[in-house]
Amino acid sequence: MSVSAMLLVFIKTILVVSVFLIHVMYVQYFERKVIGHMQSRMGPMRVGWHGLLQPIADSIKLFFKEDIIPSAADRPIFYIAPIIGVIAGVSSVAVIPLWENFSIANLNVGILYILALSSIASYSVILGGWASNSKYSFLGGLRSSAQVISYEIAMGLSLVGVMMMAGSANLNDIVKAQANGWFIVPQIIAFVVFFISALAETNRVPFDLPEAETELVSGFATEYSGMRWALFFMAEYAGMFVMSGLAATCFLGGWSGPQIPFMGTMSGLIWFLMKLYMFIFIYFWIRATLPRYRYDQLMGLGWKIFIPLALLNIVITGLVKIL
Amino acid sequence: MPCTQRKLTTGILMNEMKHSPNNNGSRLATKEFTLNMGPQHPATHGVLRLVLDLDGETIVKCTPYVGYLHRGVEKLSENRNYLQILPLTDRLDYISSMSNNIGYCVAVEKLFGIELPERTEYIRTIVSELSRIANHLLWLATHALDIGAMTVFLYCFREREKILDLFERLCGARLTVSYPRIGGLKNDADARWLEDVLAFTDEFPGRVGQYETLINKNRIWLRRTKGVGVISAEDAINWGLSGPTLRGSGVPYDVRTVTQYGMYHKVKWKICTGKNGDIYDRYRVRMDEFHQSNSIIRQCIEQISEGPIMADAPKFTLPPKDRVLSDMEHLIHHFVLITKGPQTAPEGELYVPTEVPKGELGFFFVSDGTGKPYRMRIRSPSFVHVAALPRLCEGELLADIIANIGSIDIVLGECDR
Repeated sequence: MSVSAMLLVFIKTILVVSVFLIHVMYVQYFERKVIGHMQSRMGPMRVGWHGLLQPIADSIKLFFKEDIIPSAADRPIFYIAPIIGVIAGVSSVAVIPLWENFSIANLNVGILYILALSSIASYSVILGGWASNSKYSFLGGLRSSAQVISYEIAMGLSLVGVMMMAGSANLNDIVKAQANGWFIVPQIIAFVVFFISALAETNRVPFDLPEAETELVSGFATEYSGMRWALFFMAEYAGMFVMSGLAATCFLGGWSGPQIPFMGTMSGLIWFLMKLYMFIFIYFWIRATLPRYRYDQLMGLGWKIFIPLALLNIVITGLVKIL
Repeated sequence: MPCTQRKLTTGILMNEMKHSPNNNGSRLATKEFTLNMGPQHPATHGVLRLVLDLDGETIVKCTPYVGYLHRGVEKLSENRNYLQILPLTDRLDYISSMSNNIGYCVAVEKLFGIELPERTEYIRTIVSELSRIANHLLWLATHALDIGAMTVFLYCFREREKILDLFERLCGARLTVSYPRIGGLKNDADARWLEDVLAFTDEFPGRVGQYETLINKNRIWLRRTKGVGVISAEDAINWGLSGPTLRGSGVPYDVRTVTQYGMYHKVKWKICTGKNGDIYDRYRVRMDEFHQSNSIIRQCIEQISEGPIMADAPKFTLPPKDRVLSDMEHLIHHFVLITKGPQTAPEGELYVPTEVPKGELGFFFVSDGTGKPYRMRIRSPSFVHVAALPRLCEGELLADIIANIGSIDIVLGECDR
């Protein structure tokens, strides 16, 4: 690889990551507004016009907060845990095609890469829960590891159908394979399994058991404060973006869509973001609507329903391909 | 649930093996994980402390510790006359202080044999049913939040706010109202207030419908609540449960039909009961009580007529102000009542229960003939319900304990007194 090519990748990375982090910051403003209006209240209103500067105020507050580490904590692991989460979340963006032929790394195994990183992200929760040396955090960490094992399988299997249809694990190729129709139609079972597993994977309602506020008092994050807690928070939202991006790419045709006039190649980006934010909105909508699953019910749902469904989907896809 | 039962017995077995001398470590001994929940915990509804022994996520043993909010209300009452005790009862179940006040006043009125004017009884019935609605709203809000449904929480608070506004307009206070007086009320309810209550009852059933659309048929809600925390009717009676918690098990017992107070005999209403005694049935009973209370309020407002609000009970009610300013006897009466309170009382013992939103609130007086109770005992529903908690939770999962605490509707101010 030449120096100029490396420099190009470097610039691309910086650009995408900084834009991505701003999105992560503002998506929580979006969430608070959406849920607020669903709950007949206003959401943030005080900082800036309609609370637009709220995320910035929050970041400043979190940044300057005292960094409290419990005396019984396992320090090195306690330090590393939130960082693992953020790194895994942000690096996943590298392979998602934002518009035609644009992704930081055009990997042949893009889907596998994302699945691998999302498994690594769960280490941050498990290690964070373990290192805090608090019983609530410990239970949160345990729940998280069980949850990740159960739902990772279902999620991976649901994407197998997509890979079989596209004949590739490269996300760019998957988008191109959907030129004649989005995969959500033939792969509807896979889509449902994937979306629900993604909720579980990112610890969102109704599967937010690792941080169940009312049972485990924020679970794995109980002992974290200030910037370290903010990193966990960022990791969760980054995970949401990645999962929504993956859903948009694999099932809704990613950046493909009719050309928007005067937009050139940016037309693809706009389509992609619209699809992505639709999923994010659904995440919020679900959070405002549903109660939380119980631990054993969550496991039952994963192992008894989603994994068999995903396997069935693979069989059906295979049969259709052969015929 | 055969599965959890089995888990429970293995837990006990392993415990025994651990202690038996013959076990030479051939098997890995397991140890329960002790989790201290509370007194500061978002889901224990106050300062309840539970010490849980967990086997994985299954609760092997649950021990509630109460008393963090003990203020000695019963003891304090022994040094106060009957008039002065009233504000203390606000702080029992601070969520529905109106019902506590009325319960206390009814008990004292029964002790002194005071007959209330009709209008007072109607207004008391209206406010105690409003208080029941407010309490059940707060219950539903927190119960749903505990199970994870966040939106219901805010919807319920919206309506509760309206009831508190109504209370504020009626008597000036929102939470600790002290509105009823022994032998009457602090002040009359004006016609506009009654109109606004009527307007509230017009829109309220629709609001209940809103909450129900959010959770009634929600699969997750049903799975979290159906068949969980089951109390059989027999157990419920034996454990002394009362209120919606008892009625959820299918026992049609309501103190409003037993103790003669308020205007409950003049209006049409029915006792709501459940069938299976699980969390869902207790939830349903309270949701049905919204409609019953709403209808009681409407009927009361239709039937209410003008009239005096204070009973003819010189021991407790102040003489009319114009008489106080013009003649000596009334001035002395006023002065003595304000500075010293009642000086004598009928001797004897008396227990008077009333139906507060959480169950049966009873006041037991031992009177030695002076103006102060020799002993006042408060039978609070929350205390009895907390005692039933371990039996509800043992063998179930950690998440169920939250749902169970919500479903028995406790408030620690009343439990610890």
